[in-house]
Amino acid sequence: MKQLYAILEGVGSVVQLLVRSLSYWATIPRQRARFIEQCYMIGYTTLPIVAILSFFIGTVLALEAGYAMSDFGAKEFIGSLVGLSMARELGPMMTAVLLAGRVGSAITAELASMKVYQEIDALTTMNIPAAKILVLPRLAAVLVMMPVLIIIANIVGWFGGSVVARYVSYVGISPEAYFAALRHYTKFKDVMNGMEKAEVFGFVVVLVCCDIGLNTRGGPREIGAAVTRAVVVSLILILVLDYFVTKILL
Amino acid sequence: MDSPCCSKTRNPFTGAEANAVGVHVDKVSKTYSGVSVLSNISFDVQPGEIFVLMGPSGSGKSVLLRQIAGLERPTAGSITVDGQDPSLEETRDRVRLALVFQAGALFNSLSVYDNLALYPREHRSGTEASIKERVMHALRILSVEDAAKKFPSELSGGMKKRVSIARALVMEPQLLLYDEPTSELDPVMSATISEIIATLKNEYSVTSIVVTHDRSLALTIANRVGILMEGKLITLGTPQELRDTKNPKLVDFLYPKIDLQNPRFKKLETQETP
Repeated sequence: MKQLYAILEGVGSVVQLLVRSLSYWATIPRQRARFIEQCYMIGYTTLPIVAILSFFIGTVLALEAGYAMSDFGAKEFIGSLVGLSMARELGPMMTAVLLAGRVGSAITAELASMKVYQEIDALTTMNIPAAKILVLPRLAAVLVMMPVLIIIANIVGWFGGSVVARYVSYVGISPEAYFAALRHYTKFKDVMNGMEKAEVFGFVVVLVCCDIGLNTRGGPREIGAAVTRAVVVSLILILVLDYFVTKILL
Repeated sequence: MDSPCCSKTRNPFTGAEANAVGVHVDKVSKTYSGVSVLSNISFDVQPGEIFVLMGPSGSGKSVLLRQIAGLERPTAGSITVDGQDPSLEETRDRVRLALVFQAGALFNSLSVYDNLALYPREHRSGTEASIKERVMHALRILSVEDAAKKFPSELSGGMKKRVSIARALVMEPQLLLYDEPTSELDPVMSATISEIIATLKNEYSVTSIVVTHDRSLALTIANRVGILMEGKLITLGTPQELRDTKNPKLVDFLYPKIDLQNPRFKKLETQETP
């Protein structure tokens, strides 16, 4: 019962933060500098690790698919499997997981430290809402940067699959055949579905991490605990939301 | 400094006058998880007055100050600033209230200049040129203009305190709250800060509430002093009344004596160093 109460309290707090942040939506043009800074943090600094991870996800998918499909002569369909898996599921999910680990943890650490060292209280006495200058620019930035990250993750993952398809002996299909199958079975709608998922995941991760950071109480030790909690809650939410968003989009 | 002087504050930048605000604390109590921190506190702070809250560590001074700043709400009773609840956004929109935090609470990711410019920029009070003038003027008043480009991590404790006061001043406050403004400072810097607080009051008639356990600061700058002990306001009076007090509890607090015959110290003396 106590845990249920804590969950409901957390949900209430996140919803409140969302409503408060969105009420300042019109101030985004005046907050250009903060928005661009957050785009840089969320997009540019995450890009290399997203690219590396996506490349290897593509290679592993092609490797596993090649191993299983060569038994019944369906190797030509490896491109479709890698294409669909990356676009619909693995691209958005793995990018969101990386976002939670890299950006989400940094957001929580920064806001929790501002809370513990009374910087948030200072903002309150200045009548400058934290939701306006600390949360809103991050939410706007993640909405803009997630599709960019997903497109790059998909392209790099598809390319990774093609490398394995071409150079691993037991797979051995040409890049032309690989990309022909990928193009034939992976529709624009699949890529769009993946982006929609990624938008939901990214938005929720940033919102939850901001909320946990802003609600941190205590001293420096609690900052570490808040970061751990933010990452764990984000990962759980990504997986739970994945099921429901997929069900809605199918 | 015997009585509050004015009911108008003077803007330190433009010279324009505004109404000084009063604070009304009425039967305030605060409990955390069933533990009472403040119990039935009542007092008024007159517009333009310097009111000092003194008390030993853990007596609830800072909690009371946070409630006056609107950062926390009392469990029972009420606090009003200029007749309104300070925890409401609308009140803070109408009454300019600034709090100088004990540890400064400067924004570590911003330079000193940007720390000071944040408030006017966010509230769109003036052009960038006028904001610059206002920020540099505040830094000059506190003699820290050389620190404008530095970051808070590069400042000493005393400079952080002064920058923190400058940041409060940029807000053109009608009510200025100080939480332990002289803690962790050397005697010279403490005297400088006391002088700054008194100057701000004399020059600009800002209503000020100072929380401290620095007796000399309290008795030097205050119009009135309240003493909190174990969450209760045990006395309220002018500095002179406090100096003349015969109340043994107050005398013990204001003029503590170290009893070297105390068994605690004897025990320390006889302990062998490893």
